[in-house]
Amino acid sequence: MTGLLTAVMTLLRRDLILALRRRQDALVVLGFFVVVVSLFPLGVGPDPQLLRSMAPGVLWVSALLATMLSLERLFADDFRDGSLEQILLAPQPLSLLVVSKILAHWLVTGLPLVLASPLLGMQLGLNGTEILTLMGALLLGTPILSLVGAIGAALTLGLRGGGVLISLLILPLYVPALVLGAGALDAVMYGSSAQAHLSLLASLLIVTLLLAPWAIAAALRIMLD
Amino acid sequence: MCHTAHAVFPAHRLEVEGLVAERGERLLIRRLDLTLESGSLLQVAGRNGAGKTSLLRMLCGLSRPLEGRICWDGVPLHQREDGPTAHLAYLGHANALKDELSAEENLHIHSALQGSRPEQEAIRAALGRMGLVGHEDLPVKCLSQGQKRRVALARLLLVRRPLWVLDEPFAALDVQIIDVLRSALEAHLAANGMIVLTTHQAVPITGRQHTLTLGKAP
Repeated sequence: MTGLLTAVMTLLRRDLILALRRRQDALVVLGFFVVVVSLFPLGVGPDPQLLRSMAPGVLWVSALLATMLSLERLFADDFRDGSLEQILLAPQPLSLLVVSKILAHWLVTGLPLVLASPLLGMQLGLNGTEILTLMGALLLGTPILSLVGAIGAALTLGLRGGGVLISLLILPLYVPALVLGAGALDAVMYGSSAQAHLSLLASLLIVTLLLAPWAIAAALRIMLD
Repeated sequence: MCHTAHAVFPAHRLEVEGLVAERGERLLIRRLDLTLESGSLLQVAGRNGAGKTSLLRMLCGLSRPLEGRICWDGVPLHQREDGPTAHLAYLGHANALKDELSAEENLHIHSALQGSRPEQEAIRAALGRMGLVGHEDLPVKCLSQGQKRRVALARLLLVRRPLWVLDEPFAALDVQIIDVLRSALEAHLAANGMIVLTTHQAVPITGRQHTLTLGKAP
């Protein structure tokens, strides 16, 4: 048991240290999110009412696309240098080691999106409660994006043009998170409660957390066979 | 030469029964049977593309054979209670090192992943034995190809496993380190360990050994 904990913590620490020493990867994701959201007012015009009504969709779609950018490298670096083989050979359950890699991915790419979202929400004219709802929904939703995205990253490991393939595989699977996440914000904007959406989003997160690691572990074993 | 660990492994058996493997449409290995006892070395020979690496990966449980089974102490790899790979250390073509981390950090992470928690002295001793004194704190990307290989080899000394599976362990090493590695291999055999390796260079190793040549005409 302690061996498992050590392994999981070590892998998490390793990925965080690597992310710190290669900061551009995380910054690209955050930068993309900020730039894409900021482009909308320029494209559709500065009408505050229009921007407000578009805000949920714009913020969520940008978050999805920003996450996609980072997925290709989730396992590819470890695959290329042989570390992934050593991770597969570790005497610990692969699905748990995978969870710690995804947690690191979320901390590096998902959490910054959540933290940057209030600023972008203000830019699109959201008020205080709406921004809180947005952050809550992103906090529940971005881990789903990392978990589901990791399935795609594992399935396209070592394939040519893997990045495009991940998008095609994974974007349809992001629809439930998108609908619930944007729906939560919509509900608050039209004066009802976001509780239903957030509860559903939370249950979606739990289901994904239970199922995705097995799928990812199986995909990795197949792709390395 | 310092030999620190002199604990002896208990007797084990590695058995391969009726192994068949293919790559693409081509039959790579047809019906391979072999048994390896503790304290002996198996050298896998054969031309390029004969399936040496594939065989090694199957012995590690990284890929599954088309037919046949691989047993450790009589139990098929994928039915073992402590996981299919808890008894072995694998060194593949790639060094499995992170360029941004130092040699010491790399070794520390590796051994924690493999379930052991060595002290810093043990890590430094393993690196020292591979002739990397003074390079412990450098990011691995600053090391030469041969030095990276030595860091990868230091992993074997650190994580104590009875079976070593080594793919081209002598590649990119200079003469002096080949000697160090050879003595490490001999010490492992003397401690009742088991080694399966592929190599293009003939490196004389004292100890019980067998050669398996793949891809011979039947």
